[in-house]
Amino acid sequence: MKQQRPLAITGGRLITPDGPRDATLRLVDGRIDALGQEPRDGDDIVDAKGHLVAPGLVDLGVFAIDKPAFHFGGITRAALMPDQSPPLDLPSRVSYIAKSGKPDFWVHPLAAASRGLQGREIAELALMREAGARGIATGRQWIADSGVMLRLLQYAAMLDLVVFAHAEDATLVAGAVATAGEIATRRGLPSAPAQAEAIALTRDIALAEMAGARIHFRQVTTRAGLDIVRSAKARGVKVTCGITPAHFMLSDLATVDFRTFARLSPPLRSEPDRQAVREAIADGTIDVVASGHDPRGPEDKRLPFSDAQPGMAGAETLLAMVLSLVRDELIDVQRAFELVATAPARILGVEAGAIASGFEADIAIVDPDKPWVIQSARMEATAGNTPFDGQPTQGRVTMLYKGGMRINP
Amino acid sequence: MTSTESSPHAARYPAGALAFPHRDLIGIGQLERHEILFLLDEAERWVALNRQADKHENLLSGLTVINAFFENSTRTLLSFEIAGKRLGADVVNMHAAQSSVKKGETLIDTAITLNAMRADAIVIRHGSSGATQLIADKVDCPVLNAGDGQHEHPTQALLDALALRHALRDRGQAAEDFTGLKIVICGDILHSRVARSNLLCLQALGATVRLCAPPALMPIGIEAMGAEVFHDFDAALDGADVVMMLRLQTERMSGQFIPSAREYHHLYGLTKKRLNRAAEDALVMHPGPMNRGVEIDSEVADMIDRSIITRQVEMGVAIRMVALDILTRRARGVEGWGAAA
Repeated sequence: MKQQRPLAITGGRLITPDGPRDATLRLVDGRIDALGQEPRDGDDIVDAKGHLVAPGLVDLGVFAIDKPAFHFGGITRAALMPDQSPPLDLPSRVSYIAKSGKPDFWVHPLAAASRGLQGREIAELALMREAGARGIATGRQWIADSGVMLRLLQYAAMLDLVVFAHAEDATLVAGAVATAGEIATRRGLPSAPAQAEAIALTRDIALAEMAGARIHFRQVTTRAGLDIVRSAKARGVKVTCGITPAHFMLSDLATVDFRTFARLSPPLRSEPDRQAVREAIADGTIDVVASGHDPRGPEDKRLPFSDAQPGMAGAETLLAMVLSLVRDELIDVQRAFELVATAPARILGVEAGAIASGFEADIAIVDPDKPWVIQSARMEATAGNTPFDGQPTQGRVTMLYKGGMRINP
Repeated sequence: MTSTESSPHAARYPAGALAFPHRDLIGIGQLERHEILFLLDEAERWVALNRQADKHENLLSGLTVINAFFENSTRTLLSFEIAGKRLGADVVNMHAAQSSVKKGETLIDTAITLNAMRADAIVIRHGSSGATQLIADKVDCPVLNAGDGQHEHPTQALLDALALRHALRDRGQAAEDFTGLKIVICGDILHSRVARSNLLCLQALGATVRLCAPPALMPIGIEAMGAEVFHDFDAALDGADVVMMLRLQTERMSGQFIPSAREYHHLYGLTKKRLNRAAEDALVMHPGPMNRGVEIDSEVADMIDRSIITRQVEMGVAIRMVALDILTRRARGVEGWGAAA
């Protein structure tokens, strides 16, 4: 399936890397045409009705391929974490996954850093790159062995593959389901100090710097951790980091009634740390906001808090939550799409995620003010485990294009 | 059944169910001070009954109480079973070890099963914090928390308060509550639901609570719950009116928290000599089971005039009776407690 006829999107506000501009956008042969063109004879015409014409979202680090949820959320590409069953630690699995979403959704597999994600033996990274891996990930956990981590980063640097790391010292967080502090203590939940993040970041950044590797921390959730990333960036380390909306919308107060939809990894942090995350989004320390999409049914969630699996279904709420930061005047709308599309595409090294000539015609037309209510029971995702259940929000995708082809969100 | 349970304390509390407007007993954290006092006052009747030769009252005749214990227990299970039987209920014990939990059934399915068998009250003990609330949300009958993970063990805190009240009364120090008392809780605070429930209960009743443990066994942020935190047992004991010792919950520990039992005893064991640092005649408590020679020496545990450890066990039955009585009043159609189910 390929785009047959050129398409002109008129009457919209284009969100380009140079800022918003009211103009027509032409999509030709699955690519974005030179900007500033007018519709031509024979073009199909679509009226954006004054809404935002933005890049389709590139979701950096999801745990499941869940097309209806991604399409609802305006997501046209996702980097899939290797934590699958079985894990993405063989070239054959990577190549199968790389083709699995086409044509209306592109999956960029992240290769498992180690065999079985055990953190001991480095997996066949070069072969997996050839099979379509766009990066390497340590999975849900930290690689505790510093020797393994250094060799992994050196190898990744040679292959010019970015390493997605999980920043929690595994020996400190063993068995913990919450951040140590008043809430966890009142609730009697096994907890670990938030400093587990800063410890992991310090080591991993030191090793990445030594190896000259690119490293991306999928989630940095504490003030101490963000300070470490900020100073590493200032001295030129090739480090980027992300966050999911849960950590800028919620603090550990959300776990007070043992609601397992708020059981996440890393766990929700204190309110001061939540504020630090918002500051880091505003000042550019945080490069990416991703959904961390991890739909989990009752068999994983209808359990006592410490027995439940971590994770939330986030694909449908990602855009609305990021747009809430625009309404809060923390960021502007251009930066919002930088966080959810442009920066993730750049980290993966794909020509997408921006309204730019020659880029893949992955386009989301967004009504940024459209009100709706997040309802766990009525989600497109394979499971409705959202900590935002019942919350009113604003911002919905009204039309979605992948490679110039219309998808019904 | 419409007869009212006459209570000598009736005048002190709001009428009927307003005195205790909860369907379940999940934690001390959900209770107001006057609700705790109501439970303690109402329990006196059962203390008296338990001291008679005939310890039976047919209040709960025809009702089924299920004790669902997903974690091993001897004394608490026995105490709940005796309480239910003395009130005339049909008491059934479900041990996780013999149940379908071992076959992979989820907690919720187990709860729904118990509910379908039309239990009139379910007593739950479970190793995970919040498990009792999870079950309470899924069943139609009152749920009593007999200990959930490291969260709460409300009947233990209530029985401790009742035992303390009786001990003070015997000494002629009877008072409305524990205002002015300095109470030390020493031991494995981190893993202890008893410590959390007692902290909440004793504070609600006016006491000052000092918690004492080595840092590794003291939960981070506990000061926010209003406790005074000590790592030096001798300093914590200074002038204390009550010393409550907790055992090391080695079954909940992953990794090493203390170098050795010997060293722990050296720093935190309650010896006769150390007890002298507390107020004269300070009372000694322990929720059991005791590890004699580790957290408490035998000569302290067995001091007739100071140790109220066996009295705690005695009060346990009365507290569980009052909890079953009050939580089933609605189902029994007791006047003022809502319609019969």
